[in-house]
Amino acid sequence: MGAIPLGHYLTLAATLFTIGVFGIFLNRKNVIVILMSVELILLAVNINFVAFSVALGDLAGQVFAMFILTVAAAEAAIGLAIVVVYFRNRGSIEVEDINLMRG
Amino acid sequence: MSAELFLFWLMGAVCVASAVMVISAKNPVHSVLFLILCFFNAAGLFVLIGAEFLAMVLVVVYVGAVAVLFMFVVMMLDINFVRLREGFIEYLPVGALVGLVLLAELVLVAGTWAFREPVATGVAAVEAVDNTRALGRLLYTEHFLVFQIAGVVLLVAIIGAIALTLRERVGVKRQDVARQVHRRREETLVLERVEPGKGV
Repeated sequence: MGAIPLGHYLTLAATLFTIGVFGIFLNRKNVIVILMSVELILLAVNINFVAFSVALGDLAGQVFAMFILTVAAAEAAIGLAIVVVYFRNRGSIEVEDINLMRG
Repeated sequence: MSAELFLFWLMGAVCVASAVMVISAKNPVHSVLFLILCFFNAAGLFVLIGAEFLAMVLVVVYVGAVAVLFMFVVMMLDINFVRLREGFIEYLPVGALVGLVLLAELVLVAGTWAFREPVATGVAAVEAVDNTRALGRLLYTEHFLVFQIAGVVLLVAIIGAIALTLRERVGVKRQDVARQVHRRREETLVLERVEPGKGV
């Protein structure tokens, strides 16, 4: 870990997480920015995992962070594919327009 | 302030600032570019803490694949981004409130936590082995099954994305190899006996 206390990393991750949640609130209409906010949230979680992994001397945290990365990549690919298909069918990606199933 | 701490503050500040720009930029292309900057700085933070392999994976996977994917989609779709930003100010107060409460809670948890001295539990990071090697040893022995499942997740993602976006357009002439191979002689070739001097 060296000279940087664990709390610094945790605070940074908390800040990034909050920015991600805030981004979802702020860009309620734009699916693409919402997906980017989700990526930010996952990055914050990854930072937490890595910081704890190094602090506790247990590499399992970094292994888990890698799996989170995998899932994040898969999620981005599927999400963007859905956005593309939706745009092709409806000509818009506004979240409020997505009401075909009356949910 | 040590050099490491200085680097942490620098990269952390750039990371947070670019994250703020991701959610507030007017142009989504700028959002994606700031996302890339944020990921680069996060990778730098990972290097600083001693997780080099994850830092490189972060750059390769996020910057090389995910961010480029976002960029493709943003540029490919002809979206009226001005309309998408309507209500931005409207959502600001409640979003800021929720964000501040969440941040305060998280920082309070992180700040008041009394961290005990690190105890070597589980698989310890051996000092003599570099991070990549240690991670590989762990990944291919203890977590091998999970590693395979991660591969399956990626496969599902590939197939899902292709199946979702594949479309058959009408009126497009494309090569059909099976039909070409199955073509028989009688369907295509007509033998005519041409009388000399008469033409077909």
